[in-house]
Order: sequence, then C-alpha cells, then structure tokens
Amino acid sequence: MGLLQAMQGAAAQGVLWSIMTLGVYITFKVLDFADLTVDGSFATGGAVTAILISHGMNPFLSLLFALAAGMACGFITGFLHTKLEIPGILAGILTMIALYSINIRIMGQANIPLLGISTIITTVSGLYPVLSVNMISLTIGLIFTAAVILFLYWFFGTEIGCSIRATGNNEYMVRALGVNTDKTKILGLVLSNGLVALSGATVAQSQGYADVGMGTGTIMIGLASVIIGEVLMGNRFSFAYKLISAVVGSVIYRVIIALVLWFGLKSTDLKLLTAVMVAVALAIPVVKRKFPTFFNNLVEKWKSFFGRFRKGKKASAANGGETR
Amino acid sequence: MIQLTNVSKTFNANTINEKKALVDLNLTIETGDFITVIGGNGAGKSTLLNLIAGVFPCDGGQILLDDIDLTKQPEYRRAKLLGRVFQDPMMGTAADMGIEENLAMAYRRGKKRGLGWGIKKGERAIYKEKLETLELGLETRLSSKVGLLSGGQRQALTLLMATLQKPKLLLLDEHTAALDPKTARKVLELTDEMVSRDSLTTLMVTHNMKDAIRLGNRLIMMHEGRIIFDIKGQEKKSLQVKDLLEKFETVSGDTMDNDRMLLS
Repeated sequence: MGLLQAMQGAAAQGVLWSIMTLGVYITFKVLDFADLTVDGSFATGGAVTAILISHGMNPFLSLLFALAAGMACGFITGFLHTKLEIPGILAGILTMIALYSINIRIMGQANIPLLGISTIITTVSGLYPVLSVNMISLTIGLIFTAAVILFLYWFFGTEIGCSIRATGNNEYMVRALGVNTDKTKILGLVLSNGLVALSGATVAQSQGYADVGMGTGTIMIGLASVIIGEVLMGNRFSFAYKLISAVVGSVIYRVIIALVLWFGLKSTDLKLLTAVMVAVALAIPVVKRKFPTFFNNLVEKWKSFFGRFRKGKKASAANGGETR
Repeated sequence: MIQLTNVSKTFNANTINEKKALVDLNLTIETGDFITVIGGNGAGKSTLLNLIAGVFPCDGGQILLDDIDLTKQPEYRRAKLLGRVFQDPMMGTAADMGIEENLAMAYRRGKKRGLGWGIKKGERAIYKEKLETLELGLETRLSSKVGLLSGGQRQALTLLMATLQKPKLLLLDEHTAALDPKTARKVLELTDEMVSRDSLTTLMVTHNMKDAIRLGNRLIMMHEGRIIFDIKGQEKKSLQVKDLLEKFETVSGDTMDNDRMLLS
C-alpha cells in the first residue's frame, strides 16, 4: 500500500474517530473526569448498529439507536458515581466490564461481519460511485464532526452547558450557586458516551464489521488525540477552537499510527505506542516543574530546530482570537 | 428570620477522633441582623455556617428559614436562599471561566436553568454597573478568565456573586482571612457597604476581634460547639477587645489560646 493511500485512510479513520475524541474531551477536559466507560460504549455503538442493519434497518437510522445506547451507558456510570458515590475511575471500569457481556448479548456472538449489508458507506457509494471508500468515510466523518461541533458549541453556551463547564471547574461553587452537580455530571457523561457510541457505530460501518473487542483502548486513543490536539494547537483559545483541536488531534494520531505501521511496526505494538504517547504528554507538566532548566533547554533546542516551520503557523493561529 | 433549634454535629462519632463540633446549639437570627461570629480554633464557627448551607447534614435539631424547613434539603436547593463567600478565594469562582460567565452563573442562582443562552443580551450592562461598585477596574475586563485575578479581586467578585440575587442570608466564612491586611480591609469595607446598602441578613465569621466589634449589630462568641456570649445593640457598641478576652476567660475557664486572634 502506498504512503499516500495510507494517509488518506488515516485521515478518514481519524475523522470518524474524532467524534469519540469529542466525547472524551467532554469528560476529560470539561468535566475533569477520566471516564473509562468509553472502552465499552464505543463497542456498544458498533454492536447496536451492526445488529440493527444486519436485520435490515436503515444504516443512518441505526446511528440514532447507537447514540441512545451510548447515552444509557453514560447514565449508568454517572449514577454509580454520583448517587452511589463510587469513585469516578472505578465507576467507569464497572460499566466498561459489564458492557463486555452486554455487547455480546446485543450481537448474539462476539462479532458481526457487515459484508454485503447496506451501510452508510455503501449507501453513499451507490449514489456517488466515483468516490473511493476513503473519500466517502472522510466526507461522512467531516459532516458528522461539523454537526457535533456546532451542537457542542451551542450546548456549552447555554445555561445548562455553562453549569456543566463550571462543575468541571469548581463544583463547590456550582453547588453554592444552586446547581445540582449530580445532574450536571450525569448529563456530561450521557452526552459524552452518546458521542462515543455514535463514533463506534460509524467506525463499525466503515470497517465492515463490529467486534466486541473493538473498543479496547478507546480511552487511550481519545486521551492521546485530545492531548496531541492541545499540544499542537495551543490551549488558550475559544471553546470552538478547542473542539477543533481535538478533531485535529484525532487525525494526527491516525497519521502517526499509519506512519509507524508504514515504517514496519506491527499493529499489535500500537497500544504500547499509544500508552507511551499519553504517559509522556501527561508527564510533561511534571517534568517541567521538577527539572525546569533541563526542560527549557530541550524546548529551546526544539524551537530553534523547528522554528522555521512554525513561524507561518503561529501567525495564522494568532488570528483565531479569544471570543468566549 | 432564621431559627436554629438544638442543632448538633459530631464528626467521626464513636471513634478515637470523635469531635463534638456543635452541641445543642440554639440561635435565632432576625431579618436584617448583621452578626459577627468569633471563637478559637475548633469552636464550631465554620461548622455552624456549613450546617446552615447544607454542606453536611445535622445529626439532630432543626433549621428553619422563614418557616421553610431547611434541615433535610440538599445543599444546591438551599442555595436558592443563601449567598456564600468562603475563606479560600479559589473556592467561590470558576477559574477557567470569564468574569461575566461567573456572574451569569450567580445571576441564575435560585432560577431554573434551561437551554437559553448562558449570558443574555442586556445582562452585561448589569454586570458592568455592579462591577463598577467594586472600584477594582473589573468592569473593563468582563471576558477575562477569573484565574488571572488576584485573591482579593476574586474574593470581591465572589462577594458580588453572592449578593447578585439578594440572599435571605449571607454566609461569610472568614472571607478575608487569606488576604493580605490591606486587601482584607478593602474587601471588608465592600462587605459592610453591600450589607448595609441592601440591608442583608448576614452571618460573618472572623478571627479579628476589632472587626467583630466594629461591624454588625450583634456579636456571638463560640467555644467548644456552644454559643458562650451573645451581645447586641447599644451594649455591643461600647464593647472593647479586653472585655471579650475577659468574657472568654470567665466562661471557658481558659485563656485565649489563639495567637491570630490576640495579634490582630
């Protein structure tokens, strides 16, 4: 496979997975909650859409059911965390583990192949036969992602959305101002897992199968994407800009993966690579604090090396401006 | 009117760390009262405020506010009626959100939050006007992140947020203790202004005896979970720091052991 084609595939995958990244962004960045439910709810989205379209449902309609199923998963985690006061990480793990069994129950088996079954990809391909599968995935992904970003931008600007953002910031203050923080947390988790399942459903349809293991490591991919986006695009801009950063991060993540595969790494090594990427990114602030001089020297070297490439980019980024 | 009847709270009950924070406390706060609360460490001052605010439940007793029974209400529901400022300037505001966004959150205290825009047109003018009264220049920085403000500015903002919707009771928990003396004085002046302008019913915990005497119309002193001294009106006006120290020693049979109170 040529590098160019691999890159195209990576971009298409990145955009489809970016809906999941936006979901992870809501919990990890907005709510300040590391939600491991996504490993389960991503596969739930795939499972629901696969079983429904293999029974003849319209592939686009099935996405709505996947979305709803994901929202239910998020509600369970939220309930465990807020009402039963189970620590956040553990609440997520509990739901994730339970979803493994549930996902097999939904599908009736460990995986469903979607060969010869009408999916969102084949539907569009039937309408516009000239487009390659990658192009179709990319286009559908971009439309969905744009819609999700618009929705999130609107939603987090509303009174309820503001309460959710404030909950992630300072829940004591939010309670003192008369907001039920249990509700805002549950709402954030519902929204997040809904998006994750939607992403799982589109990914399952584009790859042509749903598998109970397809969600393993989703949270790491989501975190890696969010962090890559933040590092590359900066962290001091408006909310819409941050959402777009997450999408860019998701695409870059896929490109990195495609590159290392092209260089000959095995696909089974990817989870190690992802974990290392996230660990390094999370460690940067700590290293910065503990070894300031060492870190600054490193940054200076990096800057002088890449300075030429970054100049143009910085100027255009500065025009983004702070609006919200 | 706020009425506390036989309110009690014990932390770590039946363990070696058992701490009786409040013991059968009775207190009636008349509408318009500005009460200052003093007492040594562990006297139960903060516990009193937290119980009224619903941060944790009472072990026993009843809290009534204008005949509404607050005793079993969760914290967020009581918040409709209460304004709060905390000791830690970081506690009262959301650092990653703008000044106007914080104010908009406070503006909706006690109101239903829906899918309307988080800050509506016209609200900014109100916020600007209110921020001008702080005289900190914040009115020109509406969209700045609160995290960029100093502790004093954040505390002044929190005070404004607590009173933006007039509360039935304003709870101030040593809200100037974490500030430098000059800023603390400024925030205290603002507090006095706001309380008298809107004639807010207020409960203010302080470590500073002079402030406790100078401000408000009533003073209560707490010790080991009980109110040991309650003075108001003309009698309070003629009160002196040494009177308070004497009173403390006779009632508690102990000398004042709190350096912060003696020095300030």
